[in-house]
Amino acid sequence: MRAMTCDVLVIGSGPAGLAAAYQARQSGAQQVLVIERNGELGGILPQCIHNGFGVRVFQSDLTGPEYAYRWVRQAQEAGVAFLTRTMVLAIEAGPRVVATSGELGMVEITPRALVLAMGCRERPRGALAIPGTRPAGVYTAGTAQRLVNMEGYMPGSRFVILGSGDIGMIMARRLTLEGAQVVAMVEILPYISGLRRNLVQCVRDFDIPLHLCTTVTDVRGQERVEAVEIAQVDARWQRVPGTEQTLECDALLLSVGLIPENELSRMAGVALDPVTGGPMIDERCATSIPGIYAAGNVVHVYDLVDDVTASALRAGRYAAEYALRGAATGGAATRGAPAPQPTVPVMPGANVRHVVPQHLHLPALDGDPSVVEFRVREPIEEPVQARVRAGERVLVDKRLRYARPAEMIRLEIEATTLQQFAGQLAGVNGLQVEVVRRRGEPQP
Amino acid sequence: MPNRAYDVIIIGAGVVGSLIARALSRYRLRILLLDKASDVGEGTTKANTAIVHAGYDAKPGSLKAWLNVAGNAMYDQVCAELDVDFDRCGTYVVAVRPEDWETLRYLHQRGVQNGVPGLGLIDAQEMRCREPAITESTVGALVAETGGIVDPFGLCIGAAESAMLNGVELALETEVTGLMREGRRITGVRTNRGDFAGRWVVIAAGLWADDLMHQAGLDGFIITPRKGEYFVLDRVAAETVRNVLFPCPTPISKGILVTRTIHGNVMLGPNANDVCSKEDVSVTADGLNEVLTGALALVPTLNARQIIRTFAGLRATGNTGDFVIECPQDVEGLCVLAGIESPGLTASPAIAEYVVELLREAGLELAERPDYQPIRQAIPRFSALSRREQAELIARDARYGNVICRCETVTEGEIVAACHAPIPARTYDAIKRRTRCGTGRCQGAFDLPLVVQIMARELGLSPLEITKKGGESRFLLRETKQVAP
Repeated sequence: MRAMTCDVLVIGSGPAGLAAAYQARQSGAQQVLVIERNGELGGILPQCIHNGFGVRVFQSDLTGPEYAYRWVRQAQEAGVAFLTRTMVLAIEAGPRVVATSGELGMVEITPRALVLAMGCRERPRGALAIPGTRPAGVYTAGTAQRLVNMEGYMPGSRFVILGSGDIGMIMARRLTLEGAQVVAMVEILPYISGLRRNLVQCVRDFDIPLHLCTTVTDVRGQERVEAVEIAQVDARWQRVPGTEQTLECDALLLSVGLIPENELSRMAGVALDPVTGGPMIDERCATSIPGIYAAGNVVHVYDLVDDVTASALRAGRYAAEYALRGAATGGAATRGAPAPQPTVPVMPGANVRHVVPQHLHLPALDGDPSVVEFRVREPIEEPVQARVRAGERVLVDKRLRYARPAEMIRLEIEATTLQQFAGQLAGVNGLQVEVVRRRGEPQP
Repeated sequence: MPNRAYDVIIIGAGVVGSLIARALSRYRLRILLLDKASDVGEGTTKANTAIVHAGYDAKPGSLKAWLNVAGNAMYDQVCAELDVDFDRCGTYVVAVRPEDWETLRYLHQRGVQNGVPGLGLIDAQEMRCREPAITESTVGALVAETGGIVDPFGLCIGAAESAMLNGVELALETEVTGLMREGRRITGVRTNRGDFAGRWVVIAAGLWADDLMHQAGLDGFIITPRKGEYFVLDRVAAETVRNVLFPCPTPISKGILVTRTIHGNVMLGPNANDVCSKEDVSVTADGLNEVLTGALALVPTLNARQIIRTFAGLRATGNTGDFVIECPQDVEGLCVLAGIESPGLTASPAIAEYVVELLREAGLELAERPDYQPIRQAIPRFSALSRREQAELIARDARYGNVICRCETVTEGEIVAACHAPIPARTYDAIKRRTRCGTGRCQGAFDLPLVVQIMARELGLSPLEITKKGGESRFLLRETKQVAP
C-alpha cells in the first residue's frame, strides 16, 4: 500500500472541496491534496448546466461547469494537487485516510488536517415508501440530470415529478426543452420546497402543472412506468378520498430532499447532528475531532453554491492554520494545538429547524464575525425578526421581508458583540436562534 | 421435431430448481434448466426473508418439518461449496405477553419432536442482554441456535452456475407454453423458443406450479399467492438490531420480523395477505403500515428515517398445508414440486436430494460422473477483502480500484466480472443481485449512469438497450437532441 502525507487533505472536489483546498493553500498550507471519486472535478457542478452560480462570489451569473472551472483553475494555480477516480474507503484514527484508485491501487494518506467535503445525496424512493410496483423509470432528479446533461440520453418521454426541490424544478424545464412532456409536478406540502426563482423560471414559465398538497399514491407498470396515481392530502399528509387522479407517464422523477453524505464522518467518529445529519461544527468549521473540518452540503444542505463556497473558505483557512501549527511543532498537529477554548451551544428556537454552527467560541477566537446559518420550520410570508438571543439578551436582531424553509438564513454575529457578552453569558445555557413575526407592524 | 432431447428438463430456475439441477449434475445426465425470466431466481427466491429456519414451525411428520431440519443441516456445506454468504447466527422468537410463554413452550416441544437441535428458552433479562433494542415488554424468547441468515440470490446463482459448470444447460427467457405428452407419459415441454424433448420433466415453477400440474392432467392443487411486504433499512440500523427476531407466530404466518440481513442491513417484514395475481408484487400503503407497526412492536426504537427500500414478494401457498413433492402415479415422466412456501429456502438443499431419490426410485438411472466438481467460485467481493487482498486484486486488474457504487463499495471489476460470469448478468437487477451495486442508501442514484455505460461496453449493447429486468424495462428511451417520436 502506497503511503502519502500532506498538510491538508480535502475529500471531495465539489464547490466546497475546491474552495477549501484553494483557501488552504492561500492560508499557507504547503501540500494540499483533493481526492475525487469521479473522473471529472467539480462534484455535481458539471451536470448543473443551468445558470445562477457565482452571483455573489464572482459577481457574474455562471453555469455550474463554468463555476467549477473557475475554482478548478484557481485551485490549480494556487498549487493544489488532485487525485481523481479515487475513492476514500475509510478514515481511521489519526486521521489517516485509506483510499483506492485503479491507477495508484490502495493509498494511505496521513494529512495534518482533513476537510470533509463529500456533499450530499438524494433521498430515494424507498425512503418515502411510495406504494406500487417497482418498474424501470423511477429516478431521482439528479440522476436524470446526469443522464440528460452528461450522458446525452433521455430517461423518459412523459414525466411526473414528485417533490418541488430545486433540482426537480430545474429538470422540469430541462426535460421540456429536450422535447419531453412534464405532465405534473406534485408537492405534498402547501408550498414549494425549492427557491422562488426556480418556480417562476422553470415551472410557471413553462406552464408545468403544479399540484400542492398532493402526493403520488401509486406507481403502475410491471417493466416500465406506465402511470402514477396522485391524490390530495390533508394537513396530516393522509390521502383525501375521492381526489385520486391517474396520470399516464413513463417516468417518475423524485425531488424529495437531500441528505448530507456522512458515512465517512461516522467512520471517523465525528459527532453528528441528528437533525441535519451532518457534523456538529463550530464557527471555524471544526468538527468534534481535532484536525477534522467540514464544509458545504456535508454539514447541511445549502440552496446557493455561493454560500457553500463561503463556508468552505472558512474550513480551508482554519484547516491550514491547524496543519501549520502541527508542522511548526514537527509532529502530530494536536500537539501544537492550543488548549481547547470554551464554547457555547447554538440552538434552534422558535420556528427554527436547525442551526449551523452548533457551537461558538466565546469569546471569538479572532476578530472575524461568526456566521450563523439556519432554516425556518414554517414559511412566514410577512416581515419577521430573525434573532440570536442569549436568554433575554438579544445579540443580533434582523428584519427580513419573509422567511421560507427553502431559503437558508444567514446572520453574522460581530466578534465585538460576542466579546461584550462573553463575561455575562456564564449563567446562560447557550444561544437561541429564532424567527418570529414582527408584532404591531402593519400587515402588508 | 423437438430441438434437443434431454434426460431431465427442470422448469423453473429458482433456488429449488437450481439446486435440483446441481444435485442431478453429479450424474451422467443431459439436463436442461429453463426459466421464463431474464435471470435465475427472479420469482419467490429473490423476495423473501432470507432466513435459514431451525425447523420448529412445521407440523411434526410433515414434509416441511423433515426437509426444513434436513435442509438446515446442509447449509454450511452447500454455502461453502458455492461460495455463498451464510451466517448461522441463531434466531429468536420473542414473547411479549405472559400468555406467549405457552406458544414458546409449544414451539420448543414441536422443535424437539421435529429433531431440531440447539433449542432453548431464555428469560427477559437474557433476551435484553442479547438484544438491547428489544421491546421493554418482552417476557422471554425461544432461541434456535441452528437458525441463520443467507444470501438467497447468491445461493440460487451459485447453484445454477455450479450446475452449468457440471454440464447442465440453462435457457433463460424460455417460457413453457405447454407440456408434450404421449398417453400417460410426459415427453417434453413446448416453449416460446421451440419444443424440448425430455424423458423426465421436473416442475419447480413456484407460483405457477399449479398451472403446469393442471396441464399435466393433475387437478385439485391450487396455489394462492400470499403477498409479503418488506422494508430494508440502512446499514446504520444494524448498530441497533443485532439478531433475527420473530414475534410469536400466527396461524397463517411466522409474523413480522425484525432481522439483520447477511448483507449488513436491517429488514422488517413480511405481512401476509392473499392476492389474486401471481404477478402482483406491488407494495401498498396499508401493507407497509402494518409491517412498520408490527416491527415496532418488537423493536420500538427503529428509526423510519433509515428506510432505504420497500419490496414485496409472493409465497406460493398451496391448499394442502404441506409441500407437495412427488412423481405422481397417474402421469409418467413427471416430478412435481408445489406449494414450496416457507421454509422452502431452508429446505431447498434437502428438497434437491429428495427429488434425486424420487427420480431414482421412479426409474431414472443415475451413474455418477467422475469429473463432478462441487466447488464454484463467486465473483470477488472487493468490500469484503482485507486491505492487502484489495491491493493485490487492484494490482492484478486496475478495474478493481475503480469504485462505482459508493454506498456498498462495489468496483468496476466486480461489475465486469458479473457481466462475464457463467450466467452473465444482462440486466441492472442481475448486476445488483450479484454485486450489491445500487442496494445501498442512495439506491443507485449515483451508480446507475456508470453501470449502464459499463454494461453496454461489456455486453456489446447500446446504453439504450440496457434494461432493469429484461423485457421493456429500458432505462433510457432515446438520445437527447433527437426529435421525439
